[in-house]
Amino acid sequence: MKKKTLFSLSSPYREQLEVIGYRFGSGRKALAIVGAMRGNEVQQMYVCSRMVQALKKLESEGKIAEDCEIMVIPCINYYSMNIGKRFWAMDNTDINRMFPGYNLGETTQRIADGVFSQLQGYEYGIQLASFYQRGIFLPHVKLMDTGFTDADIMKDFGLQFGIIRKPRPYDTTTLNYNWQVWETKAFSVYANATDEIDVQAADEAVNAILRFMNTRGIVSAQTPPGYVTLILNESNTEQIQSESAGIFFRQAQIGKTVERGEVLGRIYDPFDGELVSEVRTPVSGTVYFAYNSPLINAKTVCFKIIK
Amino acid sequence: MVRTIASIPLAVHEHLMIQKRRIQNGNSKTRLSLVTGTHGDELEGQYLAYMVGSFIDEHIEQFDGILDIYPALNPMGIDSIMRGIPMFDLDMNRVFPGTKDGTTVEVICSSIIDDIAGSDVCVDVHSSNIFLKEIPQIRVSVPTAETLMPYAKMLNVDFVWVHESATVLESTLAHTLNSRGTKTLVVEMGVGMRITKEYCRQLFDGILNLMKELGMWKGETAAVREPVLSIGREVGFVNSDEAGIFVPCADFGDNVKRGDHIGDVLDPLTSQVVEKVQAVCDGMIFTLREYPVVYGGSLLARILQPKKEGE
Repeated sequence: MKKKTLFSLSSPYREQLEVIGYRFGSGRKALAIVGAMRGNEVQQMYVCSRMVQALKKLESEGKIAEDCEIMVIPCINYYSMNIGKRFWAMDNTDINRMFPGYNLGETTQRIADGVFSQLQGYEYGIQLASFYQRGIFLPHVKLMDTGFTDADIMKDFGLQFGIIRKPRPYDTTTLNYNWQVWETKAFSVYANATDEIDVQAADEAVNAILRFMNTRGIVSAQTPPGYVTLILNESNTEQIQSESAGIFFRQAQIGKTVERGEVLGRIYDPFDGELVSEVRTPVSGTVYFAYNSPLINAKTVCFKIIK
Repeated sequence: MVRTIASIPLAVHEHLMIQKRRIQNGNSKTRLSLVTGTHGDELEGQYLAYMVGSFIDEHIEQFDGILDIYPALNPMGIDSIMRGIPMFDLDMNRVFPGTKDGTTVEVICSSIIDDIAGSDVCVDVHSSNIFLKEIPQIRVSVPTAETLMPYAKMLNVDFVWVHESATVLESTLAHTLNSRGTKTLVVEMGVGMRITKEYCRQLFDGILNLMKELGMWKGETAAVREPVLSIGREVGFVNSDEAGIFVPCADFGDNVKRGDHIGDVLDPLTSQVVEKVQAVCDGMIFTLREYPVVYGGSLLARILQPKKEGE
């Protein structure tokens, strides 16, 4: 294992920011794994730290394929992590909306550029991602559909679902999108939680990434058997909105198979405790996203169902 | 008449409401929408909305048409001094046109577009952010420049910046409305979290002039200034390379020469000048950093270069 500072940035009042990369094996650039780009992506950093542990062990056992280099970047934005902010500490911009970056541009553009220059040339890229909506996900892998990456490769992760997302304009400045533009086959792995550690989901994400590396001939690792991945378009999932606002109690856990008409959650008046509405699913399927805060506004996407 | 164009129940005993005020008089159906408050830290438009609304109220007999004033597309952001919508990750101006079956913000954005669409002209007023101060200017993308330029010139701004279009900007309010046939101009002026009365007055004169040109205003108007156009000119960006405190020695609107000293980045701990900041090109400073703390990359100034000879 080689530990290297990939990018650094001076601060007027803090220690220099150093983006650290861990490299394993040598030779062609096979795979890069990126963790926390936001200050609350603790689970994403944790999964990367677990990958560093796993790769150290595989390297010491000689189980990394010849002519394969793997890089792991556990955390880019720890400045925000250390002060409890999600976005860049100074100006609240999102590093994951700044790719491919610009070395003469604004601070987070420079960070994105500095990191992206180190991430180019890898055959595969995996980002441990979090979502802009509050909630928890069934661990799954997602592909931004740019036409470059074969969606069937997602099956190699052995996660239950592989989801294809049609990029929206605001997606075009993310790492995942730009990685593909620069010809890296890029995937986002969602490991359930964001600002807390879910060890079971982290186990599943680590095993999925190892399974992927195994199948792709990058490492030789033993992993538990995975799922036969169902590949589907995000537009084919059902989003369920809350009809009313109040205190939200979730009845359905993520991963649960539900029947059309089943109650997934209940919303109560926050003052008098009366039941205000029930959230029912209009379709049968598997719950893969669930809102998880106690308070809910109306028109909030509170469940997503894979039909 | 105040109308609520979107109302979403919030968790505890409150609604998120997007409201507009409609002022209507005479027979004309010509409609101008004055929109502001998309970013909660931009307040220049708040005063402008008041100025325009109160003036037309006082002189309603000279008004013929429909004026819709939307002072706060992001009322929760303004109320909590947040640029974005509280508890939502994406910039509101990257979510348009929204959708009826999406997240709360997407639903709101969809309602806003439905309501504004069909206006003859929409003016979307922004005020930079807390870091930068801007001279009153209008920004239009290259594909919309031909259509919008005549209206931009009516608005009494100092500068019209025609910029390249970018995919990420396709989710702005202005792009969405322009692509649906509602002529929408984006104004940037002043600085975040403050009101610059002189700029509000300047744009007020421009709005009145625009209404006159649209046949909505029958009263007197002040002469409007001819804006500098960015067409055929380059914009130079001055970014800090060092971290520290930026103290400018040039002023807003100054004409500078390449290499001129325009400020310093200082280190308060060592009492050293860590960067002597120079103009990257000849031209006029139209953006200047207002917030002193900088990192490497922080934008310090934008300079509009003169037209190249022969153009």
